[in-house]
Amino acid sequence: MKILVCIKQVPGSSNVQVDPVTGVLIRSGIQNKMNPYDLYGIEVALTLKERYGGEVELITMGPPPAKAVILEAVAMGADRGTVLSDRKFAGADVLATAYTISQGIKKCGEYDLIICGKQTTDGDTAQVGAEVAEYLGLPNISNVCSVDEVKDGRLYVTAALDNKTVKESVSLPCLISVDGDINTPRLPSYKVKRSLTDDVVSFLSFADFSDQDPNHYGLNGSATQVERIFPPEKNTEKHTVSGNADEQAAELCALISKLKLI
Amino acid sequence: MGKLVINQSLVNASNAESITKLCPFGAISYENGALSISAACKMCKLCAKKSGGVVTYEEEAVAEIDKSLWRGILVYADCQGGTIHKVTLELCGKARELAKVTGHPVYALLIGENAAEQAKELLYYGVDKVFVYDDEAFRDFRIEPYAAAFYDFIEKIKPSSILVGATELGRQLAPRVAARCRSGLTADCTVLEMKENTDLIQIRPAFGGNIMAQIISPATRPQFCTVRYKIFNEPPRASEPSGEIVRMEVTEKMKKSEIEVLETNKKQTDVDISEADVIVAVGRGAQTEALRAQAEELASLLGGMVACTRPLVESNLFDPKRQIGLSGRTVKPKFIICLGISGAVQFAAGMKSSACIVAVNNDSSAPIFDIAHYCVVGDVAEILPRIIKNIKEAKNV
Repeated sequence: MKILVCIKQVPGSSNVQVDPVTGVLIRSGIQNKMNPYDLYGIEVALTLKERYGGEVELITMGPPPAKAVILEAVAMGADRGTVLSDRKFAGADVLATAYTISQGIKKCGEYDLIICGKQTTDGDTAQVGAEVAEYLGLPNISNVCSVDEVKDGRLYVTAALDNKTVKESVSLPCLISVDGDINTPRLPSYKVKRSLTDDVVSFLSFADFSDQDPNHYGLNGSATQVERIFPPEKNTEKHTVSGNADEQAAELCALISKLKLI
Repeated sequence: MGKLVINQSLVNASNAESITKLCPFGAISYENGALSISAACKMCKLCAKKSGGVVTYEEEAVAEIDKSLWRGILVYADCQGGTIHKVTLELCGKARELAKVTGHPVYALLIGENAAEQAKELLYYGVDKVFVYDDEAFRDFRIEPYAAAFYDFIEKIKPSSILVGATELGRQLAPRVAARCRSGLTADCTVLEMKENTDLIQIRPAFGGNIMAQIISPATRPQFCTVRYKIFNEPPRASEPSGEIVRMEVTEKMKKSEIEVLETNKKQTDVDISEADVIVAVGRGAQTEALRAQAEELASLLGGMVACTRPLVESNLFDPKRQIGLSGRTVKPKFIICLGISGAVQFAAGMKSSACIVAVNNDSSAPIFDIAHYCVVGDVAEILPRIIKNIKEAKNV
């Protein structure tokens, strides 16, 4: 089986603030890491490879240092990966991101199964997977909570769907998004990491894609536009409960009883 | 739409460093006397605003579309298993409010099997027309038939805005259809407003941080957004139904699917914090075993449930179902007490419409105090046991 996992490098912390005077975003001490939800997808891919043979590749989109997540996944046991990197991709919304990734996938080859994590921790939209599937014309199943088997060209999975769980099968090739917590992702191997060479990572840019219309990528290819960004509204009806711990607890109890909670 | 242009002639050693620091994403670098912008750029355009003309943003003409061809505000009616999900009703109420600005009709789209009754029920919630695709092919949710019916509707009726409940079903269906329309989709909006030119103003937390973004899709139609359950208010049920039901033709082509549903099981009755009226929420400042036990005790005294922040789920201290926030559940209880929670926007987005928010935190600058109604600066370990003691005493009286 040839499996592709879509992964992303995200900021290690979501601690972003707006400077109240200048309006500039303050992102202190950014350290990047693999999107934690992607680890479950990689684990699913590696488990399938162990069971059915084949190869596990990765794809990510980001600035060149994003190759770190490819190297990490290779150290976990994946074979190789591709970074889609170009300034023309900057400012992409869900639509343009999904389109860029789908173009990258078409360039990388043909896969039996494409796996995405549930969502990223920086965008939290959980939408890119389904849009990639649409662009590639593949069936997709989200919220997969167990991958049961591959038989006669079909993948058997169990997926969560609101108040139900659904056992279903889908013909390959297809795309699935896997839930968090469905397995315990293995740790990267130190030994593999030490012997890693850069040739497990390839880079693709706009010039490599078959669609050469720059208006389909990045900000220009985005349907949504951020009109403004602003700090969240502060609550104006704010009451400070002061005093020592005894007094504070007493006031909260008075509130609780006023609200008829006891 | 447009691009960032660097005017290298204005770059010098003295301003270069301050300009590279303007970028919150570290995308600007200075080498060999020239500035460059890398693929880390998110096009936030702060550099264009703050660099004194060194970096400028150049608008590029956007192909205009005729927005008057797109009329109506559509609510996707989530009716799995024959039950209308309440987020649908909340969205009908919001759609009616938005429609007042443009005078557009409010539509609902129902895809399912034997859906006549649900379609009729929607007419009690201020919908002008309910469009129904009713066929056994839609008994189980499979992405291709649902997306095909949805797209068929869009082609025929051309709605201007589409509101989809962010259920697990909605979160797969909306992006699939939005991509087919090559149109914009904004996930998890917390505020929706309408412009007179029919652009839908969508506001959501963004950049994974304490920032709200106001988003529009000015050059594409229809404009898609998803909204979580309990963000908007459910409108009252009218005493009489109004509006009409339109049956849509289901073609053989629509029914095709590569997916076969083998078995559907109801999830065991789950912990559902989104239904709780009272929530005791625990964050990193209250994660010790002792404090978690006290939080449980307080919750049971108040007839409520315990919930938590993402880091506590990541440390395996709580089941993910108890997590509040963008990557967890949205809650809207009558009363929520946040213990040792700093209040990152991801968390706040999942609870800030709660009727009464109490926050206890020893850091007086924690952002949770910006949304709390009652702010208690102090040590959770000191205050929590005293609250429990007081309540027990009050209950005995």
